[in-house]
Amino acid sequence: MASLVPPPKLYTDDVSLIVIILDTNPFFWGTLSNTSALTFSFSKFLNHMIPFVNSLLLLNQLNHVVLIASGVASCGYIYDSATAVASDGGQKVPAVCSEILSRLEEFVAKDQRLGKGDLRTVAGSMSSLFSGALSLALCYIQRVFRSGMQHPQPRILCLQGSPDGPEQYVAVMNAIFSAQRSMVPIDSCVLGMQHSAFLQQASYITGGVYLKPQQLDGLFEYFTAVFATDLQSRTFLELPRPVGVDFRASCFCHKKTIDMGYVCSVCLSIFCKHHKKCSTCGSDFSHGHSELDRKRKHSEV
Amino acid sequence: MATITMAAKYKTSVKEPGIPGVLKMMEDRFVFTPNDPRSSTKLNVDFRQIKGHKFSKDGSKQALLNLTQDPEKGGGYIFEFNSFPDRNACRDFVGKVLGRIQSAEKPPASQHAEQLSTKELERRMKLLTEDSELQNLHRQLVANGVLMDSEFWAARQNLLDNDNYGAPKQRAGFKSAMLADVKPLADGRTNKVTFSLTAETIHQIFAEKPAVHRAFLDYVPTKMTEKDFWTKYCRAEYLHKTKNSVAAAAEAAEDEELAIFLKHDDILANETRRKIQRVDPTLDMEADVGDDYMHLPDHGILRDGSKETVEGDNEFSRRTLSQDLNRHGAVVLEGRALDVELGDTRTVAEALARSKQGSSTENSDENANMEKLERVCRMTEIEDLQAPRTFPVAPLCIKDPREYFDSQQANAVKTLGDNGAGMKPMDCSLSAEEAWIYLMGQISQVKVRGFNHPIVQSEAALKVLNGLNQNLSSTKYQFGKNSQESVLDRLPQRIKADLLNHWTTIQELLRHFWSSYPITTEHLSKKVIRLKDAMTDIYVKLQEIKESVQGDFRHQVSLLVQPMVQALDAAFAHHDNEQQKRAAKGGVKPNGFAQ
Repeated sequence: MASLVPPPKLYTDDVSLIVIILDTNPFFWGTLSNTSALTFSFSKFLNHMIPFVNSLLLLNQLNHVVLIASGVASCGYIYDSATAVASDGGQKVPAVCSEILSRLEEFVAKDQRLGKGDLRTVAGSMSSLFSGALSLALCYIQRVFRSGMQHPQPRILCLQGSPDGPEQYVAVMNAIFSAQRSMVPIDSCVLGMQHSAFLQQASYITGGVYLKPQQLDGLFEYFTAVFATDLQSRTFLELPRPVGVDFRASCFCHKKTIDMGYVCSVCLSIFCKHHKKCSTCGSDFSHGHSELDRKRKHSEV
Repeated sequence: MATITMAAKYKTSVKEPGIPGVLKMMEDRFVFTPNDPRSSTKLNVDFRQIKGHKFSKDGSKQALLNLTQDPEKGGGYIFEFNSFPDRNACRDFVGKVLGRIQSAEKPPASQHAEQLSTKELERRMKLLTEDSELQNLHRQLVANGVLMDSEFWAARQNLLDNDNYGAPKQRAGFKSAMLADVKPLADGRTNKVTFSLTAETIHQIFAEKPAVHRAFLDYVPTKMTEKDFWTKYCRAEYLHKTKNSVAAAAEAAEDEELAIFLKHDDILANETRRKIQRVDPTLDMEADVGDDYMHLPDHGILRDGSKETVEGDNEFSRRTLSQDLNRHGAVVLEGRALDVELGDTRTVAEALARSKQGSSTENSDENANMEKLERVCRMTEIEDLQAPRTFPVAPLCIKDPREYFDSQQANAVKTLGDNGAGMKPMDCSLSAEEAWIYLMGQISQVKVRGFNHPIVQSEAALKVLNGLNQNLSSTKYQFGKNSQESVLDRLPQRIKADLLNHWTTIQELLRHFWSSYPITTEHLSKKVIRLKDAMTDIYVKLQEIKESVQGDFRHQVSLLVQPMVQALDAAFAHHDNEQQKRAAKGGVKPNGFAQ
């Protein structure tokens, strides 16, 4: 008789922990379906995304997939393959999918409740809480790191559609740097119209893949061809590389994306205007002839 | 190196006592003035008459310098100096002067506006040959007459200074030669053996043999004179050398001071014990003591022609070669921290004692034992049994968190309120309510309908794969293998070189240009005009480069060229502006400045 104790999990180097960050911004998805040029909708997106989650789990028995939704007012865990209950509901969709879908419904409903009366939604800002979702993902990965000596190779995949929220710049950059520190690559797949400077920087800094698919109806193909590759295989595969990276920063004072600005000489905070005092570290810039010097410089150039 | 003045004695031959006086050396001649004003021996000699110079060795009886004249005239000028450093300074000076005269005689020295020493020129030449970029710049700017040689180098004074020339000479450490090499000199006739000790050796003895050092401090000069002390020391060394342990024991019994030199050095032994305690505690050095085979017959190290073996537990047993070597190595590695001029033995000994006091950290045995135990625990720690180490995290420090977050929040809200409408990148035609309903509808749609079949549409999939492949191969072609490559590396080699070259040239020109303002002299105004012409040339060249580049790279090149053009434009604008101001001032032309 076989022993009752399950054998310890043998995490080979191709076992992955994939944390997928899902953009559930209703404004983005609503507008996307309205534009006639692209016949792409959230349901179609789910049609590509959920089979991709399934195929990730099929790639290796020990693969571990976590879904995190980032809404406009909140973000939260949607699905965790480690704790999922394997029950067949006998519906049209398999058990995994029905779980994902029902959790997603719950999340969206909650996000709507929380978003009511929020200034950001009223003002029509359309960015999702990307920084929060990224932090959740990193927290989850840290927990796995600390669970034992052996753990699957973690990576984060961001499926973002809505534009960047410059007001999240500091939080996002902090999350990116902590991902870099714990050697977690951030892959990004941009579904929206514009490139995302946040994700470009995130993938560049952490060594992940940044991709903006041209054919949204072939999204599943992009997923399996590019984002399914585990970290071990990436060493000998040729993956798409970005042509350029938008390194622009947001100023700390007004959260505007700027090309040129002032940098605090003490703490490197970025400002779009000259300040007498750094709001981050409190350094006083009013001493000396800084104002005078600056004016002089200006007149010379 | 203008002049050098030293007290010296002038003599016509080595043996005579010489005439005391002052020797003054200048660039082209040297003058000797005797102290006695009545003396007729005054010298005033042109260096061109001197063909060579000889000097006595450092540490020999006299500090001599002989400036030799032509061989046929014979003789020369012999000077005796008070000390070797004085002599060496003069010797170096003469060497430089003679070197310059000889090198100048071969090719007629080019008459430069400024007088440069050969040394200076050599250094410039060396810098130019070492740095091809600098050489390029030099050729471009100086050879074409845009800048003067002196102007070019004035901005690079730091490069010239960095050269080891003129820097204080490195302090010499202990010689690697062992103390054992203070060999006794025996003259064949008598039974006398001579040891010669210099200040240098004494310092080394003190550093390597703490017991001798302590004995010196204790005995000299209260109990015996310094000479007696060293005589005893040398006697002990001699006994060591002759390996006559019986004689050594006998002599030590008679003379307790001598015994100190022959006994094992207890300070050293203490120090060794302390050092052993600091060794990795998992290594048992005591168990390995016999592993050197030194105790077995026919084993040992060959030294001074005979095998060296450890002899029993004799109190006066000899130090082995490896002990000597180890001790010497330790002292050399510690380095010498004495700032005292070697000379007076007593001061050296005291200074050494002071420096040792500072460095030694005496801790009680108990303390050491505790520490040792702790270290054993740490060394034998088994990784699997320990909790995972947490990452060291530097806490984020915000001076005033409330101010920081509040001001940011306020600003952010204000911005959103101000131009919330303008920020919308997409046409947000549907209201919030509609958007939410739409999203929920989409989810339930999937729930009800299930997935499309098939998930992969072959047509779309083919398009995607083709697109990806094309993208990959084209980026590979454009970027090469390395993703971290810079834009420059993708450009053709020639264009890259040209761009870099222009960039350095522009920087150099602009540095000179801006440093010329305000224009106060005619020289500066001429310089500015020269610089402006050179910059105009480059401006044209930049345009040419931009036009010559093929389609793919044109955009990148123009991006690279733009900052250069902007910098040049700023300079031109400033120049024109100044010109106009001067013109407006009208007739006032300072220093004959002509426009």
